[in-house]
Amino acid sequence: MLKISLDKLDKLFEAISATKTLYIPTDREDGAAEYRKYESGMKLSSALNTVRSAKDFFFPQTENLVDFKMDGKNIEVIDVREESEDFVIFGVRACDARSFTILDKVFLAEPVDSYYKNRRDHGTVVAMACTRPAETCFCGTFGIDAAAPEGDAACYSDGESLFIEAHNEKGQQFIDSIASLLKDGDTSKLEEVRAKTREILKKLPLAKLTTDNFGGDKLNEYFNSDKWGELSESCLGCGTCTFVCPTCQCYDIKDFNTGHGIKRFRCWDSCMYSDFTKMAHGNPRLTQLERFRQRFMHKLVYFPANNNGEFGCVGCGRCLAKCPISMNIVKVMKALEVK
Amino acid sequence: MNNDTLIPYIGVVTDIRQDTPDVKTFRVVSPEGGKVFEHMPGQCAMLSIPGVGEAMFSITSSPTNREFMEFSIKKCGCLTTWLHAMDVGQQITIRGPYGNAFPVETELKGKDLLFIAGGIGLAPLRSVINYVRDNRSNYGDVQVIYGSRSKDDLVDYQEIIDEWMNDDGIEVNLTIDNPQEGWDGHVGFVPNYVKELDPSINKTVLICGPPIMIKFTLAGLKELGFKETQVYTTMELRMKCGVGKCGRCNIGNKYVCKDGPVFRFDQLGELPDEY
Repeated sequence: MLKISLDKLDKLFEAISATKTLYIPTDREDGAAEYRKYESGMKLSSALNTVRSAKDFFFPQTENLVDFKMDGKNIEVIDVREESEDFVIFGVRACDARSFTILDKVFLAEPVDSYYKNRRDHGTVVAMACTRPAETCFCGTFGIDAAAPEGDAACYSDGESLFIEAHNEKGQQFIDSIASLLKDGDTSKLEEVRAKTREILKKLPLAKLTTDNFGGDKLNEYFNSDKWGELSESCLGCGTCTFVCPTCQCYDIKDFNTGHGIKRFRCWDSCMYSDFTKMAHGNPRLTQLERFRQRFMHKLVYFPANNNGEFGCVGCGRCLAKCPISMNIVKVMKALEVK
Repeated sequence: MNNDTLIPYIGVVTDIRQDTPDVKTFRVVSPEGGKVFEHMPGQCAMLSIPGVGEAMFSITSSPTNREFMEFSIKKCGCLTTWLHAMDVGQQITIRGPYGNAFPVETELKGKDLLFIAGGIGLAPLRSVINYVRDNRSNYGDVQVIYGSRSKDDLVDYQEIIDEWMNDDGIEVNLTIDNPQEGWDGHVGFVPNYVKELDPSINKTVLICGPPIMIKFTLAGLKELGFKETQVYTTMELRMKCGVGKCGRCNIGNKYVCKDGPVFRFDQLGELPDEY
């Protein structure tokens, strides 16, 4: 496998960013990791993952869909779409790499979402294998191997070198663009590191969590469960879980009057919010129980029903770390699966 | 870049009819004349006034109308209040058509049809009724049972009186909730009127109206011997995208905007009761 010495990462990033916009996870002043546009001297974060997921790159929190000019009774529609620039997201973890294939099932299904596809076409995902998974990690529950991430290309570190391999044509083009920096390397130490990572994964507190009892055929069983009341009782409806979730994809469309015209935006939204389903004539989900249930039923039952058993969760653990009342999908799964 | 369904077309409002005190019917054509797009009965469109709002409305005109589309809209929120205040000549944005349709060319073909509507619930059914009238030989007996709070609240009353009631091909039964001066027709709620009329259980039923009306009418139909597999309805939920991506109208594994809005009651029974 091709490799580059870890002490030459700066050179690697310079080479990538010379031809394409590069984003890497880097540490903020407060220590939290976030994706930033690479600039010379920027260091790759050593954190396990970014606070926010990587979904922003393809499905940004806010985006301008279309503009309108209003002139008396007349309306002009202005298509504001532009071809995206080519970009590389480097260091995407296995969980987030899988989240893109889940988002693809929504946004690339007919009719294709041109905004999402534009970015997807121009973005190259270079994933990074995990070596130190955290106790909130449970990607294995969804068949994801943290030591062998998906993405267009993947990187693996053995502590000395970074090994890179392509998974598709886009990944190969990426490797070709940095070929002069890479040389063939012996992967024997890498295999040891990977084996060690997989040993850690097996010992994680959530390693035994399975989806065996969930899926599209469990609709009425789980919808009518008496557990929802207790589970949702403390939910604040803050939507933090939704916003940090790499697979949550519900959105709102809202107009903003700039004074010179109307800009129509698409923004992330949350099914946990009280006005999500509110209409002029009423609201079919009046209580937080119903809204809470919707989010988890969608991930564990409705999404797999429509997507050949694929779940709407990648086990990244962000909701476990961020929920202010410590409620999360793992607790929901454990509570529901007790027969 | 390819067209995106989220980027709307322009429609021009060429006629506004005050149907009831709170329902107006808007006629919409493209700026070049003619329809903005084709549809099938039961499908919907997203109408918007940029800066005010965008919402899903059923297309009340029949696709057999080659010249324009019509929308019967009840004034009940921000956007609909704005629409009710606008004048002829106003441009709006329109995108669609969205959703499935009543199966007029498949399951409903050759069947005796019973339409049951309450209030503004006539709007989506009017598209089917006029489609059936324009393709009359493809269907059996046609009966329409329609009720409203009062005579003044009957949507499309003029068309019903002038056209449907003079059409030998369909039987129309109207009712209003309470007695009213100048009304010598039936008085009473729709569910009870349906039971009184005791329609043949061979008919295929298309029903739309307030949830409470649908609930009691369906119970009445079952008492008469109708099965859930012969009753269709059309649903309404909040929507943003219209193509099953924004997540708002998700019930169970269905998206009302793309898998609906038309459902048969046996299909509806498989979904969680969240509508």
